[in-house]
Amino acid sequence: MLVLFWTDALIFLLVGVVVVFALYARRREHLRTPWRQVARSGVAMGSLVVLGFYVTIGLLDSVHFRSALHTNGDHDQVQYANEILSVFDWLAAPLRARGEKTYSAPFAAYLYAKQTIDLPDGRQQRQFPRLKYGARHLHHPETEKTADILVTAMFAAGKGLVVWGVLCSALIAGLGKRRQQTFRSLYARMCAGRTTTRWRSMLFTLGVLIVIAFVAADLSLKYHIFGTDKVGEDVFYQALKSIRTGLVIGTLTALVMLPFAVLLGIMAGYFGGWVDDVIQYLYTTLSSIPGVLLIAAAVLILQVYLDNHADEFASAAERADLRLLFLCLILGVTSWTSLCRYLRGETLKLRGSDYIQAATALGVRHFTIITRHILPNVMHIVLITVVLDFSALVLAEAVLSYVQIGVDPTMNSWGNMINSARLEMAREPIVWWSLLSAFIFMFSLVLAANLFSDALRDAFDPRLRVQG
Amino acid sequence: MIAYIVRRTLYAVPILIGVNLLTFVLFFVVNTPDDIARSQLGDRRVTVQAIDTWKRSHGYHKPLFFNENASGPGKVTDTVFFDKSVRLFGFDFGRSDSGRDISYDIGQRMWPSLAIAVPTLVVGILVNITFGLVIVFFRGTYIDFWGVVTCVTLLSVSSLFYIIGGQYLLSKLFHLVPISGYDTGVNAFKFLLLPVVVGVISGIGSGTRWYRTLFLEEIGKDYVRTARAKGLSEQVVLFRHVLRNALIPILTGIVVVLPLLFMGSLIVESFFGVPGLGSYTIDAIQRQDFAIVRSMVFLGSVLYIIGLLLTDISYTVVDPRVRLQ
Repeated sequence: MLVLFWTDALIFLLVGVVVVFALYARRREHLRTPWRQVARSGVAMGSLVVLGFYVTIGLLDSVHFRSALHTNGDHDQVQYANEILSVFDWLAAPLRARGEKTYSAPFAAYLYAKQTIDLPDGRQQRQFPRLKYGARHLHHPETEKTADILVTAMFAAGKGLVVWGVLCSALIAGLGKRRQQTFRSLYARMCAGRTTTRWRSMLFTLGVLIVIAFVAADLSLKYHIFGTDKVGEDVFYQALKSIRTGLVIGTLTALVMLPFAVLLGIMAGYFGGWVDDVIQYLYTTLSSIPGVLLIAAAVLILQVYLDNHADEFASAAERADLRLLFLCLILGVTSWTSLCRYLRGETLKLRGSDYIQAATALGVRHFTIITRHILPNVMHIVLITVVLDFSALVLAEAVLSYVQIGVDPTMNSWGNMINSARLEMAREPIVWWSLLSAFIFMFSLVLAANLFSDALRDAFDPRLRVQG
Repeated sequence: MIAYIVRRTLYAVPILIGVNLLTFVLFFVVNTPDDIARSQLGDRRVTVQAIDTWKRSHGYHKPLFFNENASGPGKVTDTVFFDKSVRLFGFDFGRSDSGRDISYDIGQRMWPSLAIAVPTLVVGILVNITFGLVIVFFRGTYIDFWGVVTCVTLLSVSSLFYIIGGQYLLSKLFHLVPISGYDTGVNAFKFLLLPVVVGVISGIGSGTRWYRTLFLEEIGKDYVRTARAKGLSEQVVLFRHVLRNALIPILTGIVVVLPLLFMGSLIVESFFGVPGLGSYTIDAIQRQDFAIVRSMVFLGSVLYIIGLLLTDISYTVVDPRVRLQ
């Protein structure tokens, strides 16, 4: 049985909007030109592949369902499990199910903490017990482990390379067929990096990612490659689950704030007069409250509401999801003001331009002028702002979770991972793996987003285009 | 000039009223005092009696906007709105939910916040401007390219990792400075060093990149070409002409954040255990002390509006071309 969370629905709405826009832009040359320029940047295309990887995992993690329980007897009534899973959970079932007792280091065969163990001869001894799942297949982990890890990784990398090779060949063959080029000439041009779209850097990044994914997948079946956390959950699994939270915060916030910012910003700039005064007053007031404090206030209020209405939610996951959505809303409220101010200024400039005066003189209605003449001319600002904001929002999530005004503590997120790991900093030896994996995942996502948004800004900003 | 300042100040009043109303609606209308009391007391097995006592002891028992039982001006002033919101305009923050005097606490905790925020800002700006100038001096070369790459890499790292990394490296590994804590007087130095260093480093990425764009924009202008045409060396052009002219946006950009320095940094202060206003706010958030959060929201807005005011004034002071309207 499919379960649709609020954020799931909005994510798929967003995907739909992006697809519709892509189809629309495909036909129109003036919309395609800046995208072509993005495609000519190798760094941007490499980043795009990384982002694609994250988005794929995020989308897989956004299809939720409750699996049917096998019931004997009458088949009309199917019982559903209480637990809500996502497609990603189902794919990563081995990771999810293999919990240890408590902390264990990456690739460890033994637990992090000493425990009292009953020896066969009846005596008791305090020692590090073997893990239930990590490195279980080895008899003598001390001697066999390194070799086993290397062999597994090599085999996995080989598999990854084969898959990558097949994918590349299929792509080159397909492209060659469309452009009526031979396989060899296209291959040679790609290797030399002489294609207009930077296929070489895309395919290279794809290859690296596929190899990493295969190695990680194969190794994580035998070991906990990023260790386990306090309650013994696999940290690699947590980090992967956190991708969805990060993406939701980064993208849905934009989706939530855009209608307000665009509508109000353009209205303020276009109509002027008292409309302008009211809207300016509105966003000055909102932006004069420090963002963190406004978020804190709002989340505290939500907390009180949830405390008092605990029985209205079917499950904890649903409550956590609502909190995530609310966080997106409130982040949207704090971040729409700058875009609104920017759009107002730009509309003010456009209003004085000749073609809009001509349209007004011809008696074109306000609504038509706004949608046909003003909106298309400010869209680049909207796009640049949204993409630039994305990485800032992903980083903000971690900070907010640390202040405990972020996502629900039960939800997987990088902020929660850092927050729980921080408490163990004082331990000796130090528990560093949660921090490291949160760092790796966050850093690569944010770096890719930053690099991509830079290229996008260069391509879409008309000021830069004239200069360059 | 004075008329301009007065007019700008008056313009800030409706905004403050708006902020005040908004916080009031957030804290008292969306959630009634009953809800707050219930969640403060722990929501189960709470009697009406207990809620009443809690509300009475914290001054939430009065009507929200209009008191029918009072007489004369008391009809308006003897209400929660007047007690909790209108009084904020006189910077009378009242007592926190745990019974402490908020104004006194703010006065005490302001100084540690400033002790961290001011050096971080000053050192950070100097470092960023230096790096920005160096990168611009070598523009179009590999140094420029790798400089920008380093900036983007640095700003992709969450600020939390700078703090954790700094604490781990300097305090735990090399034992140079204490991990966290605070002291008064000269002893404070060794506690302040790490937060300031971490604060400066975490700002390098975005700061340097911003100054680079600023300088690059400036370097394309006509007066720079004139200066080069006169035969001035690149160093003189950069330091005597570009830097001086770029100081206008730099200074006005700094002015807006100056008042907010009082508020301190939420994350840095709570990580390093500094008893400033930032950690004060965090503690209040975590203890769900609505009175403090409300006061800090108001204080933050006031300081931000003062910052905007100072920015406008500084524009007219620094750049005589900007006319007072």
